[in-house]
Amino acid sequence: MDKKKRRSITRGIILAVLAVAIGYTVYAAWTKDKIEIVNVGSKAPDFEVVDLNGEKHRLADYDGKGVLLNFWGTWCAPCEREFPAMTRQYETYKDLGVQIIAVNFAQSDFEVQKYVDNMGMNFPVAIDKTKSVFTAYNIDPLPTSIFIKPDGTVDRIITGEMSEAQIASYLESIKPE
Amino acid sequence: MSLIDISGNLLYIAFFCYLIGTFLFGGAIKEKNDTAASRADKFGKVAIIVTIIGFIAHLAYFITRWIYTGHAPVSNMFEFTTAFGMFIVLSFIVLYYMYKVAALGVVALPIALLIIAYAAMFPTEVSPLVPSLQSHWLTIHVITAALGQSILAISSVAGLVYLLKNVNTKVRSFESIMFEMVMYCGVLVLGFVVATSTFSIMNYESKFEYVDTLDNVKQTTYMMPAIFGMNEYTELSEDKMTPVMEMPALIDARKLTTVVWSILFGSVLYLLIRLVLRRSVSSMLQPLVKRVNSQLMDEIAYRSVLIGFPVFTLGALIFAMIWAQVAWSRFWGWDPKEVWALITFLYYAAFLHLRLSKGWEGKKSAWLTLVGLLIILFNLVVVNLVIAGLHSYA
Amino acid sequence: MNKLLCECGHENPEGTKLCQKCGRPLSAEEKDKKIADMRYEGTAIRSKTHNKSIIDKVWNFFSSVKVGIALIIINLVVASIGTILPQEFYVSVATDAEKEKYYSDVYGWFGEIYYSLGLSDVYSSIWFQILVLMLGVSIIIASIDRGIPLHKSLKNQRVKRHASFMKRQRVIAEGQPIKNADDTLELVEQKLKELNYKVRREDQSILAERGRFSRYGPYVNHVGLIVFILGVMLHLIPGFYVDDSMWLREGETRAIPGMEGYFLKNDKFILETHDNAPQGEQLKQGVNVVAKNFQTNATLYKQKADAVAGQADDLEEVKEYEIRVNHPLKHEGYAFYQMDYRLNELKSMIFDLTHKETEESLGQLTIDLTNPEDEYELNDGAKVKLLAYYPDFAGFKDGVPQTATASPNNPAFIFKMFTAEKPEGETSFVAIQQTLEPNGENIYKMKFANVETRNMTGLTIRYDRTLPVLFIGGIIFMIGVVMGSYWNHRRIWIEQSADGTVHLAAHTNKNWFSMKKDLDKLTDAAHLPQYVDQQEPATNEQQELEGKEETEKEGKPL
Repeated sequence: MDKKKRRSITRGIILAVLAVAIGYTVYAAWTKDKIEIVNVGSKAPDFEVVDLNGEKHRLADYDGKGVLLNFWGTWCAPCEREFPAMTRQYETYKDLGVQIIAVNFAQSDFEVQKYVDNMGMNFPVAIDKTKSVFTAYNIDPLPTSIFIKPDGTVDRIITGEMSEAQIASYLESIKPE
Repeated sequence: MSLIDISGNLLYIAFFCYLIGTFLFGGAIKEKNDTAASRADKFGKVAIIVTIIGFIAHLAYFITRWIYTGHAPVSNMFEFTTAFGMFIVLSFIVLYYMYKVAALGVVALPIALLIIAYAAMFPTEVSPLVPSLQSHWLTIHVITAALGQSILAISSVAGLVYLLKNVNTKVRSFESIMFEMVMYCGVLVLGFVVATSTFSIMNYESKFEYVDTLDNVKQTTYMMPAIFGMNEYTELSEDKMTPVMEMPALIDARKLTTVVWSILFGSVLYLLIRLVLRRSVSSMLQPLVKRVNSQLMDEIAYRSVLIGFPVFTLGALIFAMIWAQVAWSRFWGWDPKEVWALITFLYYAAFLHLRLSKGWEGKKSAWLTLVGLLIILFNLVVVNLVIAGLHSYA
Repeated sequence: MNKLLCECGHENPEGTKLCQKCGRPLSAEEKDKKIADMRYEGTAIRSKTHNKSIIDKVWNFFSSVKVGIALIIINLVVASIGTILPQEFYVSVATDAEKEKYYSDVYGWFGEIYYSLGLSDVYSSIWFQILVLMLGVSIIIASIDRGIPLHKSLKNQRVKRHASFMKRQRVIAEGQPIKNADDTLELVEQKLKELNYKVRREDQSILAERGRFSRYGPYVNHVGLIVFILGVMLHLIPGFYVDDSMWLREGETRAIPGMEGYFLKNDKFILETHDNAPQGEQLKQGVNVVAKNFQTNATLYKQKADAVAGQADDLEEVKEYEIRVNHPLKHEGYAFYQMDYRLNELKSMIFDLTHKETEESLGQLTIDLTNPEDEYELNDGAKVKLLAYYPDFAGFKDGVPQTATASPNNPAFIFKMFTAEKPEGETSFVAIQQTLEPNGENIYKMKFANVETRNMTGLTIRYDRTLPVLFIGGIIFMIGVVMGSYWNHRRIWIEQSADGTVHLAAHTNKNWFSMKKDLDKLTDAAHLPQYVDQQEPATNEQQELEGKEETEKEGKPL
């Protein structure tokens, strides 16, 4: 009887291990496409960009401040629509300890400079010539906005266009206490 | 005479040696009571020598073509199929020395002949290699895979002999009808060869313009009178047969025409045979194998699968995966050819399990080897010519 | 648990067919057979012994070879269905709606059904993966279930077997030796050793064995398959597998997706074609040139150790490499494959500032589309200011020119031309085959002179730490399958009774032909009575006789 029981336990364990392996595989295969490098709640990868005025911006230097990282391109219509709102909100929030940095998708200095002059953006705009920051944040559609809390963790990731109200409330939530 | 011409002539020599070999093997197993043993020995000896001469010529074709083209001659349909035929003969010769069964030759050589004839229907020009084929893995992978397939094909040769001996062709039954169907399919391949050769001797060619599935206007050339027209075709050649029927864009009417002509020629051939002989092809062939030992055939069929399976796995799956990783960055991509190699592997795995654990021997096993041959030929013909994929040749 | 007590006194587990000690048949079914069922040595296959709890039922399901074969066939059929139409990943459209449209446009109603059943992406479907994994489970459980008892019984073989076991083997011989009856066993032993058998002798019994290890072949190859499947499953664990791709224009340096801290520069993309005249099948299909080489001359760079994303100023060169098809660039487990290319993307455009009537040029300017300048100085104080640049001009919206993408597919410019005649400047909008002069007729125009182009290379970045696992799995599989296929387990039992009568039984798991050759040699050497094969069919005696004749005749070498 003892032997039989032991055999049942062995079988049970083997079957359980196999079931877990299958379960994990199926689960992992199902969620494979949804894996992103940057997740809400995780630490935002550090980066350094040089804006059009030649100033360096490093995420680590904004420790204690909220940061909105906006990825954009000149051809992207929703980007164009949300910049005026962003510019207006920045007027308010730049004094409340929130920094906006717009990162362009590897376009030429000429195009970006003209665009900025035209749009009158009042926050730093940098060009990611090697797509290095884009790659680090695994950015796919434009625009994508990453809201980073003062402690350096990602508060939210918004892909697509935001309304002014949304921008205001999201900036509010990453404002330092 | 250039090297490539020599190469071509060597292939002819091989072809005729195999043809003569077939009849000699036929003589070796012919039923004669008086001096059967001595006859078989004499005929068998000559037959195998002729076959070996043919094989050496075939090998010489292979090597000279290799030297001429600078790469292993397995890069297009003609080259691959010819090599496949060569390996079938090689496998047969090895098996002959293992088992000394002349009856195998009577089936194996005609199959090799059909395969070589089929190969010759494809363009024989030397074509330069595209970048993905420029690799030593072409040689390693294709030759091993072809060798594996040919050993597996030999198992169905033994299976065929087994069935020829054991299926009662005089009684009309599902089994005997199915077996006659197998014979009919063999005649159809002959039909394809006859049809292609006939029209090519007539120099038949007619050009068409058509619209493909993605609405692009393209041109195509029929080498046979067009029975079916491509989607929204317009004739570019004059005085040629006008298609009887237009096909939707999805169907390649040119290939369908070839298939239908082959079936027509094959069926006429088959009917002629039936009319002349007044009995089924299988019952006509049956006396040839009267003295064959069924059990030995069963064992040869099984043994060939055992020998061929590891070779096939190594060549068509493992080497294939290594090469795919090097050339296409992934070892497996669900390309139709890859899938059909896997299907062949799974099929023979099932065959071995059925035999080992369920005791499927004799007739069941023989039928299974024939289905295996069907899968191998499907992989060779349909996957290359019909299903679109990375291995498409034409 | 019930035990089966054999007449010889050995206790066998329930379900045993042949006594593990002496080989007597135990089950009623077994007793009726003419030839013993030697698969798994007649041991009790574990799963067949009891069937009570759910665990046992699941276990029994997967351990069944019938189920295993059914799973193989199902997998085979599903795999073949997936090849009827091209799979989605070979169809170059992106969204689901486009895919659906593609299948119904190209393949009609059949394509629609195919797509809606999910067959167009069958290999990544969960149910196909579950089918494959179930086959994996079946392999594991069936191997455990059968392998262990088989191993035990092969290890504990007795030399002496019961008469009922002996006479129920497929090949047997019985009778007096033709001569030298006193030395029979010595002669047998000597000959079998010569034939590379392992011979054990107990009193007047001999067990000779050869190639026992081949019985483990199937289990070894199953282990290989399991290792392989495990390797494939490892792909899904983050960190084991990276599959990314990148487009890189000539001259561009880009961060490599999936390979943190590394950058790749495309120094040059080369496309070479075979210079032969197309012939035969190529002509028939309208293929004019055959590609000979796709090559990217690339340089791999690495960031400094403490650098963060975006810092691409002082990169360290790692290596230069010519990436070609079949020759990927490899570095630290990453490999870069030449997969795709696009030729002749506009890189710069050259214009002449030309007087419309006299056609006289005031000089040429080259606009580098990747880095346009604000102002271009020309001869005699003339200059051109670039007011705006639209790389992929897509028409006007509210009077403002729009660009569809960032790629220079259809460049358009707004120039302001300053000349001696018009020192205040005149404005011109210039696109391909289109010029607008918003502020009235101009004296000068920007006359298009030439373009410079560059190529783009499409690379795949692959990192696969599972490859060694897959490779080992493949090797184990091959070893196992070769062990099981190219060797066979042959056994001969011989017993001599006091009166000199010899009882011989022989068994092999496959290749009876070679087994019989061994027996022929043995019979000859030890003057044994002729053996008989009890499985030779006895349907048609005449035919049978001829068949045997044939074997004997053809059995001899030429």
